[in-house]
Amino acid sequence: MSNASLTDQRPPSSLRGATLPKWFAWAVAAGAVLLGLGISFAAGLDSSIQWALIAAVLFVAGSYGISAKVEGRRQAKDRTATSLVWVAFLLAIIPLASLIWTTVKRGVKVLDGYFLTHSMGYVRDTEPGGGIYHAILGTLEQVGIATVIAVPIGVLTAIYLVEYGRGKLAKAVTFFVDVMTGIPSIVAGLFILSLWILILDMGYSGFAGSMALAILMIPVVVRSTEEMLKLVPNELREASLALGVPKWRTIIKVVLPTSIGGITTGIMLAIARIAGETAPVLLLVWVTNLINANPFKDPQASLPMYIYLQFINSGGQGAAYDRAWAAALTLIAFIMILNLVARGIARWKAPKTGR
Amino acid sequence: MAKRIDVSGLNAYYGSFLAIEDISMTVEPRSVTAFIGPSGCGKSTFLRTLNRMHEVTPGGRVDGKVMLDDENLYGPGIDPVAVRREVGMVFQRPNPFPTMSVYDNVAAGLRLNGRYKKSEMDDVVEKSLKGANLWNEVKDRLNKPGSGLSGGQQQRLCIARAIAVEPNVLLMDEPCSALDPISTLAIEDLIGELKERFTIVIVTHNMQQAARVSDRTAFFNLAAVGQPGKLIEIDETERIFSNPSVQATEDYISGRFG
Repeated sequence: MSNASLTDQRPPSSLRGATLPKWFAWAVAAGAVLLGLGISFAAGLDSSIQWALIAAVLFVAGSYGISAKVEGRRQAKDRTATSLVWVAFLLAIIPLASLIWTTVKRGVKVLDGYFLTHSMGYVRDTEPGGGIYHAILGTLEQVGIATVIAVPIGVLTAIYLVEYGRGKLAKAVTFFVDVMTGIPSIVAGLFILSLWILILDMGYSGFAGSMALAILMIPVVVRSTEEMLKLVPNELREASLALGVPKWRTIIKVVLPTSIGGITTGIMLAIARIAGETAPVLLLVWVTNLINANPFKDPQASLPMYIYLQFINSGGQGAAYDRAWAAALTLIAFIMILNLVARGIARWKAPKTGR
Repeated sequence: MAKRIDVSGLNAYYGSFLAIEDISMTVEPRSVTAFIGPSGCGKSTFLRTLNRMHEVTPGGRVDGKVMLDDENLYGPGIDPVAVRREVGMVFQRPNPFPTMSVYDNVAAGLRLNGRYKKSEMDDVVEKSLKGANLWNEVKDRLNKPGSGLSGGQQQRLCIARAIAVEPNVLLMDEPCSALDPISTLAIEDLIGELKERFTIVIVTHNMQQAARVSDRTAFFNLAAVGQPGKLIEIDETERIFSNPSVQATEDYISGRFG
């Protein structure tokens, strides 16, 4: 530069290097997508997965190459790491978004007030009409009873492990909880089947299914509650004990309120996990097209079984097929609402920091 | 109200490790006794043996005698929960209950121990907060969370919480070490007022603080890491800081050690 003033002649600052503008990453991403589309179009590839993969590779390689030229190798590595994280994030989001999109698109067709409030009694699988009232009722009752059984056992076990457990018994309990976490749901179902239906000679019922679901739920509740209780600072326990408060009261009035938000979240996640279980329900509750509000006697319907049977009987199209997707959408919505409730409770009950 | 503590031949263990050995001393009622000494010498452990908080730590075990007036805290049939109502404690880091408001924090000790009428409770809370010199700062925000106060206010809230159950003795484990000088001054002034009503024992790393607030000072030391901590001497604070009878005390106080 001929007209550079004297001040521009001083040595370049070692703290300042060339930087690419902020829109650089977006530009590279857009370029990669366009190029990916172009290449796959030219090569005659018609799968969207193929051009997306090409675009992803181009994006990572392109941002590294350009950045290494302009900014230097360290910044280029930084950009590569960032873009890998973004690509991984997108890869993780795609199946989730696509699943929700598909379910909503196919499910909304028949999902209305009539569908939610009527059963399948006297509606043939090939006919339109009918609904999932009996299945919702069954799932709510089975999951509700399982929760009532599993939550007290799980929370009390966790309290024992964190607050009282020392020595061999605590170790044994921890070990068996770990083993229980790994039980496949069909095995829990078979256990209750052999105990309740084959040995004690009881019939199919929602309650039998609830017991198997409770077996699946207990270890999840124990684990999550245990972790939440461990997060309560020891100083709070000591502060309460030093006031002359007995230990059991300290646990009820100080430890549990401090961790109740996290415990509720854990319980809701456990409920979400068992609400979609099919295997124990198939073995123990069986299924019916009629409304059975009594969970202690005779087969009951449930959402997972309903989805399975409607889909199997539909042959991939028609009224039953639409009903299967609508029921799936209902199940997803149910679990999503549970999660939102859990988050709400967690936020409402969280220790307050405001002034 | 205030009671005398008489300790004789006290050993405290963590599992099989002997943490403090053969401690005997008297803590006078209506006075402030300060414990000083290097880190790890067992000051805090000893303090926690005085209200049976030591055994809350896994493996914590004590033998020896701690007489509160004429009752041995480690005697047969003594309920540790009852002991802790008589001997309150304030911890190093302010630890108000995060789920409770300022009011509920002060009321916690009474409320968690039984039923009280609302009007009685209001009186106790106001009296305790006034006792902790905090009333004027929080009287308009009694229903706001206790964890929203500043560090110094939180520590005074913890003191209010401790004195609300009307203990006979107040133990303080480095109550000012997490606070700024102004909050420290506020708490030191408070200790001066509280000693009219309570027996106070304070652990501190700050020797000026010991000299400022205490009537008597006890110096603890340990021979080496892994050795049990011992009581070197206890005397009037003025004597400890001007003319201690043991050389080790003088070395520690004047900074010549190791």
